[in-house]
Amino acid sequence: MIFTVVVLGAPYSSAANSTALRFCRAALEQGHTLKRIFFYGDGVHTGSSLSAPPQDEYKLTEQWQSLIRENQLDAIVCIAAALRRGVLDADEQQRYQKSAANLSQDFTLSGLGQLIEASATSDRTITFGA
Amino acid sequence: MSTLHTVNKSPFTDNCLHSCLLLCTNEDALLLIEDGVYGGTSQSPCAEDIRAKIQLGVSVYALKQDTLARGELQVLEGITLIDDKDFVRLSCEHQCIQSWY
Repeated sequence: MIFTVVVLGAPYSSAANSTALRFCRAALEQGHTLKRIFFYGDGVHTGSSLSAPPQDEYKLTEQWQSLIRENQLDAIVCIAAALRRGVLDADEQQRYQKSAANLSQDFTLSGLGQLIEASATSDRTITFGA
Repeated sequence: MSTLHTVNKSPFTDNCLHSCLLLCTNEDALLLIEDGVYGGTSQSPCAEDIRAKIQLGVSVYALKQDTLARGELQVLEGITLIDDKDFVRLSCEHQCIQSWY
């Protein structure tokens, strides 16, 4: 089956973020396809490459980044939600003249159209609400 | 069209489980996840409604890992404890997934 996964919870502040990660892993292990993972609302913080949890704690953002990289997943961070929350790629850093860009290279900033397109071409869309 | 309903909020803090139970039909399944697993305990304000749904043939599940993470919660008789693989399987078995949060 082809899944689209929507993540609305931020890492470390909502259980939704880690539940979504567990679901994605289980789906891939069973041979399903993840068409796209769409990070929306506070979920956009998942895309930050600057998250630095204590060494003896679970590294949620790193876990997402390695899952996306190893499985070559399409991970979209909603651009409107991300800019408001200070998650920027290099283009947006330049456009808004900010001091740094922090979007991990495993993620892409894009719009809600990507969610609609993924939903329309997937068998199932599942939302992990915060 | 059968629906898998997921509920991730405790009924002690939110009424989404209550709303979900109002709309859940016999061919649907209900999966309690995260703090939603509190809704499946005998002390839950929705315990009677859940028992009634089970009687009517609604399949009710709870994520085992989430019950363990909250102090080995005991869920009502008739609620099946499942793992993440079963969660994915249920998502495939139902045509639609409705998340309550």
